[in-house]
Amino acid sequence: MKITNINFIGNRNIAILFSGILMVLSIISLSTRGLQMGIDFTGGTLIEVGYQKAADLTVLRNTLDTEGFNDATVQNFGTAKDVLIRLKPHEGVSSADLSTKVLEAINKNTAEPASVRRVEFVGPQVGDDLAEDGFLALLYSTIGILIYIAWRFEWKFSTGAVIATLHDVVVTLGLFSALGLEFDLTVLAAVLALIGYSLNDTIVVYDRIRENFRLFRNMSTEEIMNISVNVTLSRTIMTSLTVILVLVSLFFLGGETIHNFSIVLLFGVFFGTYSSIFIASPMALILGISPEDLMIPIKEGADIDHRP
Amino acid sequence: MQNHFPLWKNLIILFVFGIGIIYSLPTLYGEDPSVQVSSTQTEAINQGQAGKIEADLKAMGVSLKAFEFKDGHILARFNNTDDQLKSADFLRDSMGSNYTVALNLAPTTPQWLRALHANAMYLGLDLRGGVHFLLEVDMDAAVKQAEDRYNDDLRLALRSEKLRYQSVAKDNGFLKVTLNSADDKASLFTLLNKDFRTLEVTEPDDKTQVWLKISAKEERELKKTAVAQNMTTLRNRVNELGVAEPVIQQQGDNRIVVQLPGVQDTTRAKEILGTTATLEYRLVDVEHDVQQAVAGHVPVGSRLYYERKGAPILLDRRVIVTGDQIVDASSGVDQDGRPSVNISLNGVGAAKMAKTTQVSVGKPMAVVFIEYKVDTKLADGQKVRHKLKVEKVINVATIQGVFSKRFQTTGLDSPQEARNLSLLLRAGALAAPVDIVEERTVGPSLGQDNIDKGMLSFVVGFALVVLFMAVYYRLFGMIANFALAFNVVIVVAILSMLQATLTLPGIAGIILTVGMSVDANVLIFERIKEELKNGNTPQSAIFAGYDKAFGTIFDSHFTNLIVAVVLFAYGTGSIKGFAVTLIIGILSSMFTAITGTRMVINWVYGNRRVEKLSI
Repeated sequence: MKITNINFIGNRNIAILFSGILMVLSIISLSTRGLQMGIDFTGGTLIEVGYQKAADLTVLRNTLDTEGFNDATVQNFGTAKDVLIRLKPHEGVSSADLSTKVLEAINKNTAEPASVRRVEFVGPQVGDDLAEDGFLALLYSTIGILIYIAWRFEWKFSTGAVIATLHDVVVTLGLFSALGLEFDLTVLAAVLALIGYSLNDTIVVYDRIRENFRLFRNMSTEEIMNISVNVTLSRTIMTSLTVILVLVSLFFLGGETIHNFSIVLLFGVFFGTYSSIFIASPMALILGISPEDLMIPIKEGADIDHRP
Repeated sequence: MQNHFPLWKNLIILFVFGIGIIYSLPTLYGEDPSVQVSSTQTEAINQGQAGKIEADLKAMGVSLKAFEFKDGHILARFNNTDDQLKSADFLRDSMGSNYTVALNLAPTTPQWLRALHANAMYLGLDLRGGVHFLLEVDMDAAVKQAEDRYNDDLRLALRSEKLRYQSVAKDNGFLKVTLNSADDKASLFTLLNKDFRTLEVTEPDDKTQVWLKISAKEERELKKTAVAQNMTTLRNRVNELGVAEPVIQQQGDNRIVVQLPGVQDTTRAKEILGTTATLEYRLVDVEHDVQQAVAGHVPVGSRLYYERKGAPILLDRRVIVTGDQIVDASSGVDQDGRPSVNISLNGVGAAKMAKTTQVSVGKPMAVVFIEYKVDTKLADGQKVRHKLKVEKVINVATIQGVFSKRFQTTGLDSPQEARNLSLLLRAGALAAPVDIVEERTVGPSLGQDNIDKGMLSFVVGFALVVLFMAVYYRLFGMIANFALAFNVVIVVAILSMLQATLTLPGIAGIILTVGMSVDANVLIFERIKEELKNGNTPQSAIFAGYDKAFGTIFDSHFTNLIVAVVLFAYGTGSIKGFAVTLIIGILSSMFTAITGTRMVINWVYGNRRVEKLSI
């Protein structure tokens, strides 16, 4: 592959403007439409049933309505034979009995009894706990990364990396909210995995910048950054492609339950690759990074480079 | 020499590879749908019974793959789940309630692998099917029960000490004692010091009153005991359900996780977990004839019961002590070395027991186990549910002397029975009510679906990456592919060794690892290409490529690791499974992609003149 010479850093304002607009749109979508939270976080009951033949959703809806479950949403899940029923937490009704009652209800008016594929019930209290744990996981991983990169590199790099990563998270969530996809525990795990992936990409570029700072003493910071982004470009794209390959396979073949998980990661890999090329380095530059900042860590970096 | 590994390094890599293959093998052998039968009684299943069951199953016409009888347990393996379920239903009906019949997935790992402690990966509920419950223990109820107990005990103590009082009232966490006269206060304190030392005492302005409160320390202890005791109770009940490999764990301060693999009838599971069971102590009626009672002439003041082995027995209608008055029970041996159960009662129970035993030395006393069960039966082709009150005399022993708070019950057949009895006494009833706050049920068809889909997307994803690497990096790409396969083998082997739970997100984690772990090789190969472009010789380009890429790989993988570890710490259930595979994948890919590929590249290119690299 020919080493490219694209002026990424020089045209940084275009990328920053573009990302700024994306961020604003995402935040607007997140604050107006919000995220379609799954029962993991809101609490409630979810029942997946399967039929031999395509299920008549209207019959099911009417039955549930007359049986007093008028807040139930009924939809197909994956195929026309599979049906997903969602219920909000019911006050007063013993939560444990709810799924049993719903199943009895829907079996009344259908010739074929539904075979239960999955029942999930999450109490409101548990939902709150799961949401809190999820938020803490996001917070602590961000802090952990901030500290590690600040220690291994420098605080401007570390801030730049975190900004680029948060950008990926916000834009991915924004897109998720705009498309109205359901946000559950698995999706949250995917968001965290995306943070890891996006950082991975950014670190590779930063690492080369650090190396080149030592190598080319007479060049400007901007020039060095540009060279570094360009020489790592083929690697950045190659790795993204291999990850996209497995995610596409997961998306098409992994089944409904893993669908949103792969969507988040697909979005995430796309934005993560974009931000590590266009956003991460300009951020460090804007924060005022210069070769002098890495004078002391040079020794440490050299040390690491000579490990077997 | 630049590109040469010393022999020991090659040997270590090959050794790790070999270990990886051995420990990932059991997963390839897969599992058989099977039914496990064991006895709930003291005596185990014998050879004769086992032979009959085998003959019965064969007569049914199900495809029995293997029939194993070992240590009093029967394991019947089947070729498909239909036959498994059919046989389990048949066995449940024919064996009766003295046996547990449990569905299981039995690994088909050959003997030589089992000898190495190599086991198949442990599949999570979303892959094997089953129920996950999260139960919340009502802590306030546990404390309230203790308050009630103190309330009863205190009234009783006041009466027996002949201390005249106006009232004992529960009020806002306090037990407020109002005496008839302030002069009795000294005697009250003597009593409190003797029998109620754990209570905190407050003296309000009203001189006739004394306020008592359960101390914060005791409250903590009460809550702890409530959860621990509930777990014991639940464990016993789960055994009743007949579940292979159940998981019962405490989560946080007041929650209990119960996982029942293979259980499909969640309604029944919920009922059994919430069942109330209790114990009663009664005197045996020795004056009347049992046979007459069986014939229908039950004397007034007595009731007809049956012992575990079916023998009828007449007991006094009046109860001496009920199960909720038992505070503790443990098994041991008496001074003659016979198996025994040591029981402690609370104040009320102790007083009643003392009163009864004073007049009944030498007479037999019985322990009755009472359980409210829900039973599903077929009637006219319809499933009908009955609520049953099951009463069984589990033990009859002679009263040796007067006793009250602490006593010993002997006359048990074996230490095993003593252990069981003490367990039943401790776990007879839930110490505090539980509420199901989370339930996740996965049907067996969805479980198998998830495995199939996970496997398919893994195979396709792996093939795509392998193809891509081979086309783009040619020989080097093939070497990276070898490392990729090596990596998957190690991840599977480590997951099997740790017996970490593999979930669907876990499979997704392995797939993701496949996509991401070639990253290290991409970094190295791109670096080698750069070095070649800068005019380095192939040999030094390989050396410099690996050397310079290492720092980058280390830093980028380490940040990824931080996130995975946080995910592990805060994730629950299937998310933890995802984090585990991610962590193992990141670590092992550093080994395979750096050291593994280097070894092969050294074999191919090391120690000779190389004009051109196939990269």
